[in-house]
Amino acid sequence: MEMITRGIEEKTYTLNLGPQHPSTHGVLRVLLEMDGEFITKADPDIGYGHRAHEHMAENRNYHQFLPNLGRLDYLHALAYNHGYCMAVEKLIGVAPPERAEFIRVITNELNRIASHLLWFGAYLLDLGAFTPFLYCFDDRENILDLLERVTGSRLTYCYYRFGGVPLDIDDDFIAGARAFVKRLRSRWSDYDNLVTKNVIFIHRTKDVGVVTKDQCLQYGLTGPMLRGSGIPYDIRKVEPYSAYPLFDFEIPVGQNGDIFDRYMVRLAEMEQSLRIIEQALDKLPNGPIMAEKVPKRVKPAEGEVYQAVEAARGEFGCYIVSQGDIKPYRIKLRVPCFANLSVFPELAVDTLVADLVAILGSIDLVIPEIDR
Amino acid sequence: MELLVHYLGSEVARMIVGLIGVIALVSVNALFLIWMERKVAAHMQLRPGPMEVGPHGAIQTVADALKLMGKELITPDEVDKPIFWLAPIVIFLPVLLSFLVIPFSETWIIKDMNVGLVLILSFSTLAVLAILMAGWSSNNKYAVFGAIRSVAQNVAYEIPLLITVMSIILMVGSFKLTDIVAAQSKYWYVLLQPLAFILYIICATAETNRAPFDLPEAESELVAGFHTEYTGMRFALFFLAEYTNMFIVSAIATVLFLGGWHGPFLPGVIWFLLKVYAVIFLLMWFRWTFPRVRFDQLITFAWKILIPLSFVNLLLTALALKLR
Repeated sequence: MEMITRGIEEKTYTLNLGPQHPSTHGVLRVLLEMDGEFITKADPDIGYGHRAHEHMAENRNYHQFLPNLGRLDYLHALAYNHGYCMAVEKLIGVAPPERAEFIRVITNELNRIASHLLWFGAYLLDLGAFTPFLYCFDDRENILDLLERVTGSRLTYCYYRFGGVPLDIDDDFIAGARAFVKRLRSRWSDYDNLVTKNVIFIHRTKDVGVVTKDQCLQYGLTGPMLRGSGIPYDIRKVEPYSAYPLFDFEIPVGQNGDIFDRYMVRLAEMEQSLRIIEQALDKLPNGPIMAEKVPKRVKPAEGEVYQAVEAARGEFGCYIVSQGDIKPYRIKLRVPCFANLSVFPELAVDTLVADLVAILGSIDLVIPEIDR
Repeated sequence: MELLVHYLGSEVARMIVGLIGVIALVSVNALFLIWMERKVAAHMQLRPGPMEVGPHGAIQTVADALKLMGKELITPDEVDKPIFWLAPIVIFLPVLLSFLVIPFSETWIIKDMNVGLVLILSFSTLAVLAILMAGWSSNNKYAVFGAIRSVAQNVAYEIPLLITVMSIILMVGSFKLTDIVAAQSKYWYVLLQPLAFILYIICATAETNRAPFDLPEAESELVAGFHTEYTGMRFALFFLAEYTNMFIVSAIATVLFLGGWHGPFLPGVIWFLLKVYAVIFLLMWFRWTFPRVRFDQLITFAWKILIPLSFVNLLLTALALKLR
């Protein structure tokens, strides 16, 4: 076989996928080296949406950087708010009151569900099924309405402040959240029947895009990508923060690390988030929502701080270096998608274009946070 | 009408009137089907669909068609121009001609040929040629992909389709569509040949390139597949052909399995159209429910499952006929 192929001239060609391709979910470009419909090499080209967020942070004070966080990962913006706020709180030595922590957890988990729902819908769209997308958006709409009540916005949230949250949740919000938990639980069977048990879906996702445990560790994958491969690593459990240690929830893991496992992990995570929300609503303490001694002008002492949180796509880390100024000296944002995308070229080799799209979708990319 | 008959003879006059009727039917039918597709999809997706233009958006597609007519016909620089121009016409013509032999009722048929079924099936194969022409001449990798997939898919699904249809032909003993319908005055063949009906519907879905077998134009993979580079009316012709094709495969399903014009109370034409649109609804239902299959799975499915099954069906039919 070797002998024969050597005589034939090179038959591969380049296919340019993106940056305006419907399945790259934003401006990601993938340069593909193709042999027929098979991919021999995939080279993601990032940076089309580069906005220099980290540089912006160096040129404004700590408060002014808050709105930027919602524009990194616009789908789970509150986790990014959370990570940054906690990092600054550590730096200036302020602890938010308990009620604020609970509100943060509730809104964060709602946002996580919204993010997973959007992924679910958009992913099925990648696989060619249109209808689940609109079902998911119907459910997601409820979350957006709820979060709009407290945060004032529907997508790029900027809700948490240093030392707490600016607006309290009211009874309507609590009733709405409880109704939503009930509603989403009643929808699981629909999703199962429509998607999870669908033969075509199973054939498209089982044993496709398998990430081994080794690969996960080598590439620094986090989030559902990592847990789908069977490693129960979740910042909420391994480095508990905020009010998470008070709640009882599980870390769903997969076994094979294929797309189907990642899908199941995300579905199970939504259920766990519902559990957290339920418990948090039950135990919600009364009290202030803002710490008392928060300086208006944040001017931390010299020092460095790192805070990681579990975002919908994996570990978001915020590393701040302060030199005692009102502006941070340097902020480094560790975003999950960048690491998660790095394993993609290895997964893409020897797959079909259809699988490539399926794999790319299963990573759950949010391009602005990769480009930053 | 009488003048036409006088000068041209009744057969030619019948053809001319028939063709005018067909063109009218094709246009109106496509407009209606696109509206229907949008409405069906919308209601399956918990939304109302087009509502603004006309009652329940009924003339939305007319507005869309007018818009498409007004669009510039862009011919990219590097395309193979003659073939690029020809492809939309080539895809549309056979679709139009297939209507010649479709029996809407005992009398509503333009030309009742004794090879009617063969004619339709061979015309529907021509569509592949047009898709290949469109994809190849576009000089676009995505378009070529779409075209190649389409050819492989159509060749793969044509075989079980023909074999399945053969089992019906065995029972009737004629390729004449009116004969086939006439033979079903007591029992519809869907009752006698349920497996054949299922096989036919699967193959027909693949033949019309619709989800879950819509790989030639798989949006999330190939942008728009073979018609990526087409604009305006040329694009509209592809669109029109797709929906008319849907009508034709559903009409064949009606003729072969659902008893054609047979039915109580209502006139035959109404029954025929009702059945056709019921089958079309089924195809739409598929599209808005299933994810897309992968290309290799699609081909494997055709060669390893559908073709053996259709052979089994054919043999069983032959056996049953022999033993009767």
